[in-house]
Amino acid sequence: MVEKISLAHGDGGELAHQLIQNVFITTFGHHDQAKLDAAILHIPQEKLTISTDSFVIKPTFFRGGNIGKLAICGTVNDLAVSGATPLYITVAFIIEEGFSIPQLQKIVSSMAEEAKKANVRIVSGDTKVVERGSVDGIFINTTGIGVINTEEMLPKTIDKQDVIIISGTIGDHGISILSARGELGLVTELNSDCASLNDLTSEVLNVSSRVKMMRDPTRGGVATTLVEICEDFNVTIEINEDALPVKEEVEGACDILGFDPLYLANEGKLLLIVAKEDEEKVLAVLKKFDIGREATTIGRVSEVETNGRLFLKMLLGSRRRLNRLAGMQLPRIC
Amino acid sequence: MIETLKQFSSSTISQALLKQIEQKAGEYKEKFGREPALMEVCGSHTMAVAKTGVKKLLAGKVKLISGPGCPVCVTDQKSIDAMIQLAESDERIICTFGDMVRVPGTNRALIDAKTDGRDVRVVYSPCDAVEIAKENPDKQVVFLGIGFETTIPVLAVALKKADDERVTNFSMWVTTKLVEPILRKLLNEGDVQVDGLLLPGHVSIVLGKYHYQYLVDEYRVPGVICGFEPAELLSGIYKSIELLLNENPEIINSHQHVVRDEGNRQAQLMIDQYFQVCDEAWRGIGVIENSGLDIRDQFIHLNAKSRFDIKAGEPKPTRCRCGEIIRGLIPPEECNLFAKACTPVNPIGPCMVSSEGSCAASYQYLREE
Amino acid sequence: MCVGVPAKIIKVDEYSAVVDVMGSKMTVGIIFIPEVKLDDYVIVHAGQAMSIVDEEYAKASIEEWRKMVNDRDA
Repeated sequence: MVEKISLAHGDGGELAHQLIQNVFITTFGHHDQAKLDAAILHIPQEKLTISTDSFVIKPTFFRGGNIGKLAICGTVNDLAVSGATPLYITVAFIIEEGFSIPQLQKIVSSMAEEAKKANVRIVSGDTKVVERGSVDGIFINTTGIGVINTEEMLPKTIDKQDVIIISGTIGDHGISILSARGELGLVTELNSDCASLNDLTSEVLNVSSRVKMMRDPTRGGVATTLVEICEDFNVTIEINEDALPVKEEVEGACDILGFDPLYLANEGKLLLIVAKEDEEKVLAVLKKFDIGREATTIGRVSEVETNGRLFLKMLLGSRRRLNRLAGMQLPRIC
Repeated sequence: MIETLKQFSSSTISQALLKQIEQKAGEYKEKFGREPALMEVCGSHTMAVAKTGVKKLLAGKVKLISGPGCPVCVTDQKSIDAMIQLAESDERIICTFGDMVRVPGTNRALIDAKTDGRDVRVVYSPCDAVEIAKENPDKQVVFLGIGFETTIPVLAVALKKADDERVTNFSMWVTTKLVEPILRKLLNEGDVQVDGLLLPGHVSIVLGKYHYQYLVDEYRVPGVICGFEPAELLSGIYKSIELLLNENPEIINSHQHVVRDEGNRQAQLMIDQYFQVCDEAWRGIGVIENSGLDIRDQFIHLNAKSRFDIKAGEPKPTRCRCGEIIRGLIPPEECNLFAKACTPVNPIGPCMVSSEGSCAASYQYLREE
Repeated sequence: MCVGVPAKIIKVDEYSAVVDVMGSKMTVGIIFIPEVKLDDYVIVHAGQAMSIVDEEYAKASIEEWRKMVNDRDA
């Protein structure tokens, strides 16, 4: 029989102790620190960055990752795109009574593996178990701490003619999850792009001092992220329809369901605004990485103005404005 | 094949066609003193001309009028309210196409009912709803069957499946619409100047080319059946203007790789087997005689309207002008609510929500402010 | 939109078929096109294949447009 999480695993008693020892400490390491109520951290610089995020994905396991990997990558990426080097991470689990312990072990193992890959240490954790039906399987919160190791903080002033670069194909995560849910009858072998981006960001910052801004376009996709930039930083951006890198599977799935890849979530893509003169340099660095091989320029800053807008330049030559996604994307009738 | 079809969105071909259209439209204006006015009958065409930029590029040269072909948009407010009311029960699971979920009812939308804990599910195919019924034998599962002739045979397949497999807890709330009665109404009333029609690419798969002969014989209005990619749209527009210049109306099937002249016989038979003609209320227009289909009496056991006692009250009037918009009388921008009180996030009428609605098309694809 | 990159039939059963749309797969009904064969391309609507795409006609359309383009350029 598969071992399952019970409410007793969350009550602080013997079972809770066993779970922490057998699953978390064995996998995450640092036996000594676990004896304390708080982690003691060594911070090399003065400027700290901190970011927190909760992960509630359905299904818990999907092609290319699971909720655990996502929980590490997500927070690592939030730190990385602000120009920081992620150092430490805390994790908190809320687990539904009845959740399989072997599955939990798998999730925890992927977290450890991804943390190692991203060179961050998991330094504090917490587990709560709630009654059946109170959460959907497992929810994870992670908080990350990083240091800014450049004098120049991002974002920098964006100028006209700066270019917009994406590190690879868009919408992979969105379609992969949709397919994993199996609700719409769509089956793809597409992997989620779920990946930590901190190696990319640190290399890019090493070679170019003219990176103006970095973002990871998760929920809402590339379009929503760019609309926010346009509004918050008073720039008008024009992206080219024929420059958008989209995998065939994503294009096909979007076509069937009436979705737009520009609004689909990504979990391992880096969106950059870079001065035109450093465009080639940055592209070359990105392409050195496996996850940046398909990096490409998708557009440019066409104007610096208040009430910035995002435009899509279409194949026939006209352009249309892109807005935030209104609600969720729903499969169309026809 | 894919390589062949990719050329349908070739920008070289499309750019050249654009130039050709401009020239033809110029000839038309010279001859008749105004720009040619074409109506896209199908909501997907409305979306496509907006999304690809065709509408903007032809502005001032060819007038493209959005027609009545968005199934959600033409659905009467009272029917929408009734469908939302259906969801207000813990005993039922409501299955629907995605477009319906956010359509505003007099009190609230299906999505609000879902937020309140009602079981509302978006499915891709009506047959999925029959499967959901099989998995939930203790619940009543109702599919909201809206659509034109493309969708009606697909609804019939779900009815057949439920009937054949004796899925007794499945039923369908049907409010479908037919293309011919609304086109006749628009052409008879003549409130809107329509010189030619861009005929739907997918409804025509079912109906075929011959079906539209009445347009020529009775109204002397030409029509071109065309697809949705830029080159197909543009060539459809080009051929329409050419027909108008020659003053020789006919129906052209410019979507022959998909639409057979005689239509799809199997689909037509399925429609006949499961549906019968009924009067339907159209949003902002009222009841049009014999303009829709409902489930045949012999399958009344699958008809949600007879299974459930749903009485929607008279809807609260709003200043939404969807009714005029779907008849092509005004463009969305002329409605006072457009992009102010009515936006995709806070829609007042269905035209702002549906993936084929003309207000949604204008808001998303034509607005620059 | 009823657009549609056509779906390629990769498996045919009695009433249904598996289609591939550029790598994404889906099971669709084929009751309206019983004559469909493996490797045909079809237009799918709400889970049903509605029509078999005829490549000859598609090529003819492209030919016709190219001719229009060339006539103009000539």
